[in-house]
Amino acid sequence: MSDKHLSTQFDSELTEVSTRFMEMGGLVEAQIHQAIRALSAFSVEVANQVTANEARVNSMEVEIDREISSIIARRQPTARDLRLLMAISKATANLERVGDEAEKIARMVRSIIQSGAQRSLPALELRVASDMASGLLRKALDAFARLDTTAALGILKDDNLIDREFDGFVRKLITYMMEDPRTISSSLDLLFLAKAIERIGDHAKNVSELIIYVVKGLDVRHSSMDKIESVVK
Amino acid sequence: MTSTITLPEPAPNLKAESKNLDFYYGDFKALKGVSMPIYENRVTALIGPSGCGKSTYLRCFNRMHDLYPGHRYDGRIELYPDDVDILDASVDPIEVRMRVSMVFQKPNPFPKSIFENVAYGLRVRGEKSSSYIEDKVESALKGAAIWSEVKDRLAEPATNLSGGQQQRLCIARSLATDPEIILFDEPTSALDPIATGSIEELIGEIKDKVTILIVTHNMQQAARVSDFVAYMYLGEMMEYGATGDIFMKPKRQETEDYITGRFG
Repeated sequence: MSDKHLSTQFDSELTEVSTRFMEMGGLVEAQIHQAIRALSAFSVEVANQVTANEARVNSMEVEIDREISSIIARRQPTARDLRLLMAISKATANLERVGDEAEKIARMVRSIIQSGAQRSLPALELRVASDMASGLLRKALDAFARLDTTAALGILKDDNLIDREFDGFVRKLITYMMEDPRTISSSLDLLFLAKAIERIGDHAKNVSELIIYVVKGLDVRHSSMDKIESVVK
Repeated sequence: MTSTITLPEPAPNLKAESKNLDFYYGDFKALKGVSMPIYENRVTALIGPSGCGKSTYLRCFNRMHDLYPGHRYDGRIELYPDDVDILDASVDPIEVRMRVSMVFQKPNPFPKSIFENVAYGLRVRGEKSSSYIEDKVESALKGAAIWSEVKDRLAEPATNLSGGQQQRLCIARSLATDPEIILFDEPTSALDPIATGSIEELIGEIKDKVTILIVTHNMQQAARVSDFVAYMYLGEMMEYGATGDIFMKPKRQETEDYITGRFG
C-alpha cells in the first residue's frame, strides 16, 4: 500500500496534524500522572501545576481542530485520509476531556487537603484504578500511532476492569461514610475524583473505537463486543 | 469485476447493463470484460486515470465507435425494459442514439439559432407540427434551466451564448428528443466553477426524467453528483459501488489509492 500522496505538501500536512495530536496526547498523559501524584502525596503544589497546564491542553485542541478544518477546506480528503482526520478531531476532543478530568482530580485533592481529612480516607485504594486508567490511555495513544486494531480491541476489553474497580471503591467509600459521618464531605470529593479516573478509561475506550474506524471504515460505537471482535478479525 | 453492493431503498430498476464488454481499437484492447449495471433515474459516474477506458466505455453506449473503421465490440450492452443489445449489428445506431444521447466536453452548439439547435433532433425525426416543436423546445429549455435566459433571444445564433449557457443548450438539445439515457463526457471541464455548479445542479434535476452516465476527471464532482461510482483502470472495472461507500471506504486498495491521490 502506498503511503505517499502525489502532493508531498498534503503528506506533510497530515503528518503535521498527527504529530500535534500525539504531542497533545503526551501532554495529557503527563497531566494525569501529575494529578495522580498530587493525590498519592496529597500535595497542593503538584495539584496547582496540573491546573496551570490545563490551558495548554485546551489551546492545543483548538489549534489541531483549526489545522484539520484547513486541510478539509483545501484538500477535500476522502476515504482513509478523511477517516483519519475525522478520528483525530474526535480523539482530540476526548483528550481535552481527559485533561479536564485531570484538572478535576487536582481540584478535589486541594479540597480534601483543605478539609484536613486526607489521613482518614481510603485515597490510596484508588492507586490501582488510576494506574489502569493512565495505562489505558497510553496504550490507546500508542495504538493510534501505529493504527493497531488488535491493541485497540484489547483496550476496549480492559475498560471493563476499571469500571469494576470503580464499583468496588464506591462500596468501600460507603462503609467509611457509615462508620464516620464526619468524613462524608471529603468522601464525596473522593467519589468525584474516582469518577474522574473512571471517565479517563472511557475516553481511552473512545479513542480505541476511533482507531478501528480509521482502519476498517466501520463505526463500532455502541456495538457489542462480539460485533467489534468480528470487525477487527 | 462484480461485487455485491448495498442498494438504497427502494432499490432502483436496471436501465442498462454491460455484460463482459470488450472493446478493441484495431489490435489494442481498450476494455477488458467490463460488466456493470446502470440504474434508472440515477447518476453513475466513471472515474479513473487518463487512458483507463472510461470515455471508451461511455461511447459504447451510443455506438459512437462505429464511426471509425477497425473498431470492434465484444460482449453486450442491454437496454431495458425491452432487452435490446445496443451493440448488436442488426440494431440501427441512429435508433440507439435516439434513446441514448450524449453531451460532450466542449459545448458544441450547431451554427444555427438557439431555437433551431433544440428543434434539430425533432426535425431530423420528421416532426412537422410547428406548435409541437415550439412546445418541446420550450420545455427542453426549461428542463435545462436556461429558458429564462434565452426566451427573448431564441432567434439569435447559439454561438453568442457563454460557455456555460452553450453547455446547457446542448443539454436542452439532448432533452428535446426524450432520450432514456444521457451520456456526459467531462461536461464541465471547459467551464468555470459557477457554470460547473449550474450544470451539476441541472444533472440533479434531470435525473428524475433520464438515466445519467457521466465521465469526470474531477473526483469531487463524481462525489457531488453521482449515486454510483465505477473506478476503472487499464481497461478494467476495478470497483463499482454506491458513491458514499466508494468515497468513505472503498473495498479495494487500488481504488482508495486513486481517490485519496496516492496514485502515481
